[in-house]
Amino acid sequence: MPTGAVIEFRNITKRFGQTTAVTDLSFTVEPGRVTGFLGPNGAGKTTTLRMLLGLVAPTSGTATFGGLRYRDLSQPLGTVGAALEAASFHSGRTAARHLAAYTLAAGLPRTRVAEVLRTVGLADHADQRVGGYSLGMRQRLSLAYSLLGDPGVLVLDEPINGLDPEGIKWIRGFLSSMAAEGRTVLVSSHLLSEVQQSVDDVIIIAKGELVHSGPLSSLDTNVAPQVIVDSPNRDALVTALTDAGLAFTSGRTGLIVAVPDPGQVGHIAFAAGVELSVLHRQKAGLEDSFLALVDGGDSL
Amino acid sequence: MNPILRPVAAEFSKIFSTRIWWILALVLFGYIALIAGGLAAFLGGVENGSISPDAVNSGGGADLSTLGDLPPLIYSFAASVGYVFPVLLGALATTGEFRHQTLTPTFLATPKRGRVLSAKIISMFTVGAGLGLVGLAASAGLGALVLNGFGIDPMLADGETWALIGRTVLAMALWAVIGVGLGVLVPSQVASIVIVLAFTQFVEPLLRFASAVTQITADIGKFLPGAASDALVGASFFTLASPGGAVLESWQGGLVLLAYGLLATAGGYFTSWKRDVT
Repeated sequence: MPTGAVIEFRNITKRFGQTTAVTDLSFTVEPGRVTGFLGPNGAGKTTTLRMLLGLVAPTSGTATFGGLRYRDLSQPLGTVGAALEAASFHSGRTAARHLAAYTLAAGLPRTRVAEVLRTVGLADHADQRVGGYSLGMRQRLSLAYSLLGDPGVLVLDEPINGLDPEGIKWIRGFLSSMAAEGRTVLVSSHLLSEVQQSVDDVIIIAKGELVHSGPLSSLDTNVAPQVIVDSPNRDALVTALTDAGLAFTSGRTGLIVAVPDPGQVGHIAFAAGVELSVLHRQKAGLEDSFLALVDGGDSL
Repeated sequence: MNPILRPVAAEFSKIFSTRIWWILALVLFGYIALIAGGLAAFLGGVENGSISPDAVNSGGGADLSTLGDLPPLIYSFAASVGYVFPVLLGALATTGEFRHQTLTPTFLATPKRGRVLSAKIISMFTVGAGLGLVGLAASAGLGALVLNGFGIDPMLADGETWALIGRTVLAMALWAVIGVGLGVLVPSQVASIVIVLAFTQFVEPLLRFASAVTQITADIGKFLPGAASDALVGASFFTLASPGGAVLESWQGGLVLLAYGLLATAGGYFTSWKRDVT
């Protein structure tokens, strides 16, 4: 069983001309866990992953697998499997022959082609030209490429994009089982909800900078819970809350009061004689915490 | 297999896993067969008298005997006309990696990029030689049959003919390397193809014709890739069409072609191949 290596980013920075895509990013990714690499589109995720894989030269800093840069690995495909985009195919080549070229380049046995195509569920389409593939099939082929060398480290950029619901369910289970075998699994996404069910750790970046890293559960406490309250007589409720000196905003399903305790709001309404139709505590979801982190919570 | 040869095997696999190689080979064969076969029939007919020279040139000024031996001229069409095909195939092999974004899986499998480019040169040199054989099957194979049909000795027993055939294969192989170089120098596939077609079919023939006007320009013009290729092969319709034009020695022509290929590739290595793959 291949074992995972620790991925380490150390002070990595990338500038394209005047614009800085990634700024002084440092974090580690541990084996045996699925790590979500999250951030909105344009946050610098793909650039960071490409620097890790030696495709983009960092302006400064290093990214290594167990201390080695990608280009210094003696068996690149046998150490790291990467799927970066669902477009890296010649449309006139069949899936099997696409993969076969890279087994030759990496010195892997030709039998791996059929094996990985079976793993990702493309065995029946092995001899079909990639030009006729759907986005979901291309995504699977991209994943098949990453598995060719049975690597201990998987680096996948937005692997869920374009998959059908069945495919999404499959890949979640797949990622978890890879991590359970002791491999290092790094998966990027611009949506936390997409990977939430399968990741153990999260690394969140925004505008090229690290904004959060830690276990998924660490996201939970980032945004204070709120109380949602509403009344058939909303004006009276507004008056009562204003008199009590509580800050609130108007939401779709009622007033959102910035206090953690529904009892406190209920008491104020009771004391003012206002009938309530809604009163509950809203614990901000992980997605809200995530969004608050990546854009300061101002655009929602 | 050792790490140097692996990328070479991968490049061969890439070339033969899409359709373009045999489409170009087929067109090359048909094109050369038409030109070499047609001219062999025409010139053969004139030479053995079944076509009257007066029907060809009513002015009666040109004496076809100045063309020298017919067979080498006919056989050389494989390279002097067919060279555009290995250039195209070579350029497609490199520009295709950019166009289809396959540089990503390629460089992931072989992170040492210089090795990939060297592998492309080696594989394309070989495939270019193969295209040379295809071209010769048309020019020398069909050409010899036609000449023989007109009762002209196809000179296939002549060692010099076979040396010319060998030099033609080498020229076609070198042209494929030039294609690889052009492809990394101009990674845009469309731009590359336009350059190949415009240069080989229009710009260079004009330059070669114009350069023959004065001695100084002729000394420069003989270093044009097409002129170098004709020098390497040792016989060409172009050379005969502009008598008095300076010509390189055969081995010099080969070196000039090789230099074009390697310089373009080295230039492209720094301008596009080593760049960030985004």
